[in-house]
Amino acid sequence: MIWLDTIVQGLLLGGLYALFAAGLSLVFGIMRLVNLAHGDLIVLAAFIVLVVVEATGLNPFLSALIAAPALFAFGWALQWFVFNRVLGKDILPPLLVTFGLSIALQNGMLEVFSADSQRIPAGPLESASVDLGAVTVGIMPLLTFASAVAVIFALNQIFYRTALGRAFRATSDDPVTASLMGINPRSVFAMATGLAMVIVTIAALYLGMRSNFDPSIGPARLIFAFEAVIIGGLGSLWGTLVGGAIIGVAQTVGAQINPEWQILAGHLAFLAVLLVRPRGLFPRAVD
Amino acid sequence: MLETHSLTASYGQFKALFGIDLTIGAGECVAIIGANGAGKSTLMRSISGVLKNAPGMVVHKGTPIGDLPADAVLQRGIAMVPEGRKLFPSLSVEENLLIGGQIRRGDGRWTLETVYDLFPILKERRLSPATALSGGQQQMVAIGRALMSNPELLLCDEISLGLAPVVIRDIYAALPRIRETGAAVVIVEQDITRALAVADRVYCLMEGRVTLTGPTASITRDAVHAAYFGDAA
Ligand SMILES: Nc1ncnc2c1ncn2[C@@H]1O[C@H](COP(=O)(O)OP(=O)(O)OP(=O)(O)O)[C@@H](O)[C@H]1O
Ligand SMILES: [Mg+2]
Repeated sequence: MIWLDTIVQGLLLGGLYALFAAGLSLVFGIMRLVNLAHGDLIVLAAFIVLVVVEATGLNPFLSALIAAPALFAFGWALQWFVFNRVLGKDILPPLLVTFGLSIALQNGMLEVFSADSQRIPAGPLESASVDLGAVTVGIMPLLTFASAVAVIFALNQIFYRTALGRAFRATSDDPVTASLMGINPRSVFAMATGLAMVIVTIAALYLGMRSNFDPSIGPARLIFAFEAVIIGGLGSLWGTLVGGAIIGVAQTVGAQINPEWQILAGHLAFLAVLLVRPRGLFPRAVD
Repeated sequence: MLETHSLTASYGQFKALFGIDLTIGAGECVAIIGANGAGKSTLMRSISGVLKNAPGMVVHKGTPIGDLPADAVLQRGIAMVPEGRKLFPSLSVEENLLIGGQIRRGDGRWTLETVYDLFPILKERRLSPATALSGGQQQMVAIGRALMSNPELLLCDEISLGLAPVVIRDIYAALPRIRETGAAVVIVEQDITRALAVADRVYCLMEGRVTLTGPTASITRDAVHAAYFGDAA
């Protein structure tokens, strides 16, 4: 029974990693940009949600809803004014710029919010749980996982059922030909990064409610997100959820064997999958 | 309706076009011929905004548009069927058509319905991935996709390249129905006989320069031959 419990907890933890990863996957899929500041943007969003909670006294979910449009605008502007200038044939400049942004964000947050660790107060939700018979699971992990599924489902709907999604896919295939269709690839990229920041806000909400955070924890979140994306296969959103779940399960199983092995076990699972399937579990047909 | 004035274009150090003067009248069909590497596609890319130029080098209805990006050029009613078709592999046939119509100008003739009417086979294959189609069908998608914006000027770069003669005939059979809408059409074509048969006027390019131009009726095979190969051989 302990193992069933461990696996269920791991799966649910994977929901959090999938939330970390979905925005990264979206941006990479559309513009082949690896945003090294992704983890720091999640932490920034967590601080912003916290600021809204403290300023308005609203519950964290409503506060995230208020923060989301602002973070969308921030992502849009970040792409339009910064990333669009460095995207091109050479993949190095965008990597360097996002790396620089990562450092700048960490230092900026240290200045503004200090190194103290913070938490978004979630009240009774923090400890609530439900008995599912064989296992008892926390409401918070369950909500996280459900949100991950909902986010990925919604992204798939946008991708395959809307004109915006069509423009996303066309631009990802071939930006020059997309521009011949009247699409401005730069504004498509800006929309994508804006949307990614909305997902980042959701990820930040759960990150901040579930554990303490401080300005330095971004890079580790980036690694988990990155591993989930790679395991799932670049460009596959459902693959990203599976990738998150694999890392989550590996971590809880590792921790069950020896608490010090939690993080290591996740990384080992990542390596193991890469050895067997170098392109991930669900690679896209084209590329 | 559209003119180029001393249009030049280069790729890095390499100059591909040396001062092209071209005019396209409303509703006209103009053929551009020339050997491989003559600069035909470069000319199409310059007009459609894929390659940027000095503003005055391309003038559309009196407005300089040489520096506009491709999406802005499309909004002015100039659509292109690019060389090599360039369909979006992640999109189905129908989605490729729909994306062509994302920017629609007025209530022109072309809709999904009328494009399917023009190329009925596409309706049968509408849900297939675009790149799963045969070459000829893919070319039909590329033409339909460009029509979906209801252009006043359609630039077609090598629409018959690599296709079997029967397929080429089917594709050219669509040309009169496209011109019926009043659209001007520019066809870049390696097949000189076919180009001269359908076009009102012709331009022959060689090494980035216009070597021959005039109404197709007034042009002799010998003149074309000389302009095409650069000598009077
Ligand atoms: N992207 C590019 N980079 C560098 N040079 C190029 C590029 N595209 C074309 N060229 C060169 O520019 C010249 C004109 O090419 P262009 O493609 O316009 O010719 P074309 O008349 O369309 O030929 P084809 O009949 O083979 O399609 C050629 O010498 C070609 O090698
Ligand atoms: Mg060409």
